Parts: sequence; structure tokens; C-alpha cells
Amino acid sequence: MTHSPTITVPSRLSAALSFWRRADPIQKLAILVAVGLIGMALFAPLLAPFEPNSQSLISRLRPPLGFERAKAGYLLGTDELGRDVLSRSLYGLRLTLMLAVLGASLGLVIGGVLGLLAGIVGGRTEAAIMAAVDTQIAMPFTLIALFLLAILGSSIEVIVLVLGLYGWEQYARIVRAEVRRMMKMPFIEAARAAGASPLRIAHHHLLPNIVSPIVVQFTLSLSNIVLLESTLSFLGLGVQPPTATLGSMVGIGRDFMPTAPWIVMVPAVMILLITFAVQILGDWLRDGADVRLRAR
Amino acid sequence: MLSYSLRTLTRMALTFLAIITIVFFATRLSGNAIDFVVGENITSEDRDLLIAYYELDKPVFAQYLAFLKSFTDGQFGLSFIERRPVSEIVVERLWPSAQLLLSAMALTLLVSLPLGIAAAIWRKSWVGSAVMVLAFLGYAVPNFVLAVVMVLIFSYWLNWLPVVGNGTPWHFIMPTIAMAGVLIAALTRFTRNAMLDVLGQDYMRTARAKGLPESRVILKHGLRNAGITILSVVGLQVAGLAAAGSVVIEAIFAWPGIGDLLVNAALRRDYPVLQFGVVTVALAVIVINAAVDLAYAWADPRLRQTVNA
Repeated sequence: MTHSPTITVPSRLSAALSFWRRADPIQKLAILVAVGLIGMALFAPLLAPFEPNSQSLISRLRPPLGFERAKAGYLLGTDELGRDVLSRSLYGLRLTLMLAVLGASLGLVIGGVLGLLAGIVGGRTEAAIMAAVDTQIAMPFTLIALFLLAILGSSIEVIVLVLGLYGWEQYARIVRAEVRRMMKMPFIEAARAAGASPLRIAHHHLLPNIVSPIVVQFTLSLSNIVLLESTLSFLGLGVQPPTATLGSMVGIGRDFMPTAPWIVMVPAVMILLITFAVQILGDWLRDGADVRLRAR
Repeated sequence: MLSYSLRTLTRMALTFLAIITIVFFATRLSGNAIDFVVGENITSEDRDLLIAYYELDKPVFAQYLAFLKSFTDGQFGLSFIERRPVSEIVVERLWPSAQLLLSAMALTLLVSLPLGIAAAIWRKSWVGSAVMVLAFLGYAVPNFVLAVVMVLIFSYWLNWLPVVGNGTPWHFIMPTIAMAGVLIAALTRFTRNAMLDVLGQDYMRTARAKGLPESRVILKHGLRNAGITILSVVGLQVAGLAAAGSVVIEAIFAWPGIGDLLVNAALRRDYPVLQFGVVTVALAVIVINAAVDLAYAWADPRLRQTVNA
């Protein structure tokens, strides 16, 4: 018998409003940037004036509107194959964000399950899982990603898998620590005495209590995964051409930088905006979730 | 102290074994590695010779043992592309990487220690906020974007600095800055927090009450104590960040180091080089981490005593 609290639409709206009012100007800017980027990613097919991969050889390397030789319709210029930079950036943003969300979610599931297992079962299982966590912490992830992509190939599935391995050890650590702390609490003991199964305890009693540290970790790893994916695509090991991601646009556009810097600048600015917004919002969430800071 | 060192060394060896095991089985997952390099124009005899040479016809476990054995006799195989021993190829790349890493570390320490201390002392004034904003920006700007923008401005527009290679001191400027960027951000934040913890301690008041000059109070009594905490982050975060950074930065500036080698080996599927290169970097990271761990235990008298007891 579960009583989920019914949240009516107006009260949700007012909660969002009070959230907005408590933000300082930089945080407000970060919220606007985040909403804008998510909107652009979601509605990329509607917003993009051209197909992202359609080439036009007569309008190659045209600068953004307002510069000499600009071509009407191509707002932010064209690349070396005459593809619209704006359209490619929008689709690239969409793919980059999609990969980051998928990867961060996969990492959460892998790490969360292992952390729960370690915390609840204990003993050898816990020792083995934590040894794996220590090994992972000691290894720079870029190296692992480079290696896996080289041997498994750069298909979208492999990329999601590789990005999904990022950060599992952090989730595992957090979840295990919280679970162990919580297992000593009276309400868990009471549930166990009442005959609840371990699965039920995990789902009904533990999960709701570890949501907030996990949300904070999720934001941090989201911004790191955006950087990781961009870096790999930049190096030519991520999503393969002609599909655009922000990183590969910077990587390929680099060769045309002396004559056509806009090919690099547009996706680079988008990457900066993503990391800026996520970092600010992540800091804010962390401060909100940290009870010690809140008390000050 | 001795048992602590032994524990650190054992953990180091186990981590290393785990990594080479993972590296080995991951390569074998991808099927027949030979297929990627020999291509179409090769006779079946040559193909069989190559398979026999790389022992790809043996059972997986025998291959694994042969792989482990290569670490004792120093024979790590030939590069698919250059056809010479991978150990030779990797060793050539170590010194340039070390040079870049050392200059990036030097820049990081020179910039972030003073900035971190200043941000802690003048926490409430504009100095503190300005430093923290800078540190934040350093965190938010990815190193490859920083590198590309620098190349655009200083090489293509102003024509001041060279882009490719490591021939002259001028070649060091941009790669060093690009690599140090995120390290500076991390270490500045950390130095500030460590100094803030220390500045509130009683012994600082004592030192001031003795009439010591402020600079001496901050540097001798403050920084020395904060230094222990700072050291731990230099090891843990910096080794990882530097390894990741050197891959990207060296690839951008065609720096003849091990990061550039790894990226090219990955792009051209030169497995022996990739395998050995990854293992080498992993070993370097593990050794640095262990060294910092030991230095940390040695530098902190409190820890030294508890581990002795």
C-alpha cells in the first residue's frame, strides 16, 4: 500500500518559481543556458535550416552572415563540404547530449547496482567490488576509452558502452557508503524484523534516501562525459563522419582554421556553454544537498 | 612505516596485474588482430607466418601466459606498422612526454600555489572572488578547446608561436599552458581550501603572537602544514589528469611523446604499440600514485606515528 503524495500542477509551478527566485544572477544565467541548449537539442530537426549532412560544393567555406562572401540562408557559415555549420552544430549538440545522458545513466545503473550489492551483501563480494573500484580510480579513464574504442571499433553502441563505464566507481562508492550507514539505522532494522526481503529493503527503504548525493554525482559525471565524448570525437576515435558531434566538428574543422575559423568556433562555444551551465548548476545542487553547508 | 610501504607496494603490484590482464583479454575480444593490418594484398603463407609469429593460433590461455612472460623477458613484439620492437618505439617517446609533463607541473605549481594562498588570505575581498572565478573558468574550458583557440590566435593570426613539434623552447609554450590549464584550476581550488583550514588553527595565532613577520607565518607555519594535504591531491588527481591531458595535447601539437603515439596507434589499429603504450602509462600512473602515497606518509608526522605504532 503506497501513498504517493499527489502534486498538483500549480504547486509544481510555484516550486519551480521559488527555485528560480532563490538563484543568484549567475545561476539564473546557467538555468537559461541549460534550458536553451536542451531546447535546441530537442527541436534540432525543426530549428535546423538544412539537412546536417547535405553538401553543396558551390558554397564551401562561406563565413557567417555579416561577413564578406557570406551566402544568404547560411546563418553561421558553411564547412569544407558546403554543409551548414548551424544545422550541423544543432544536430551535433543533440547527439552529444543524448550520448552524455545515456552514458551517465548507464554508469549510474552499473555503479548503483554494484554499490548496493557491496553494501548489502558485504564479505567477499564487497571486497572484490571495492578492489575493482580502487583499480578504476587509479586509471585515467581517457586511456581506457582510447583503448576500448580502438579494439572494439567506434560504433554508436560501443561509444555508449564506453561512456557508460565512466564514473561507475564513484556511484558504487557513494551508494555503498550510504547503504552501510543506513543499514545501521533503526528503520531498516524494523523493516527487516517485519520480514521484508533484501530487495524490498533496497527498493523501498534505501533508494529514496540516497537520491540526493546521486543527483549531484550525476550532474558532475554528465559534464565530464560531455568533455570525454568531445575529446574522443575530436581525436577521431568517437562518432565517425559524416555524423556530426560537437567534438568531431572541432577536430575536423581544425584543419581549416586559418581560413575558416567559424567551423571550429561555433561547436567550441557550444561545448563551453554546456560545461559552464552544468558546472554552475552542479555546484549549486551540491551546496543544496550538503547539509553542513545548508546549516551555515 | 615499513608495513605501510609494503602494503602500498603490494597494492601497486596487484593493480598492475589487474590492468595487464584486462588489457590482454580486451584485445582478444576484438577477434583476430592480424586481420586489421595485413589487408588484402598478402599471401596466405605470409599470413600464417604472421599468425604464428604473434602466436594467435594458440589457445587464449596460452596466449595470456606468453603475454605475461613478455614482461619478464622484455620481448613485447613488433609494431604492425613500423615493424620494429614496440619497446624501442615507446622508450623513444618517454622523454618528450616527461619534458612536457614537468614543464606543465612547474607552471601549475608556480601559478596555483600563490593564487591559492592569495585567495585564502583575501577570501572576502575581490582578490579571492577573482581567483575563484578564474579557477572555475579553468575547470569549464576543455583542454582541446583551449589549445585550438590558442593556436588560432597565437599561430595563425599573430604568427608568434610554432604549432607542430618540440624543437625549440618556443614550442613548449602553448602545449604547456594547454596542459596546465585544468591542473591550475584544480590545484588553486585545493590550495585555497587547504590554506583556509590551516589559517584558522591555533598555532597560526601562536606564531603571530610570537611576533613573527606575516610572510613567515603564512609560508612557514601555514603553507608547510597545508602542503601535506596539497601533496595528496597533486598525486591523486594530477597523475590522472596529466595522463589524460598528454594524450589530447600531444596529439594536437604533434608532440613526439607517448600520448601522441597512443592516439596514432589507436587510429591505425597498431595493437602491439597500443597495448604496450597503455600498459606503460598505467605503470607510470601507478608508480606516481604509490610514490605520492609514501611521500604523504613520510611528510605527515601524525600519519608516520600511527603507521609505526
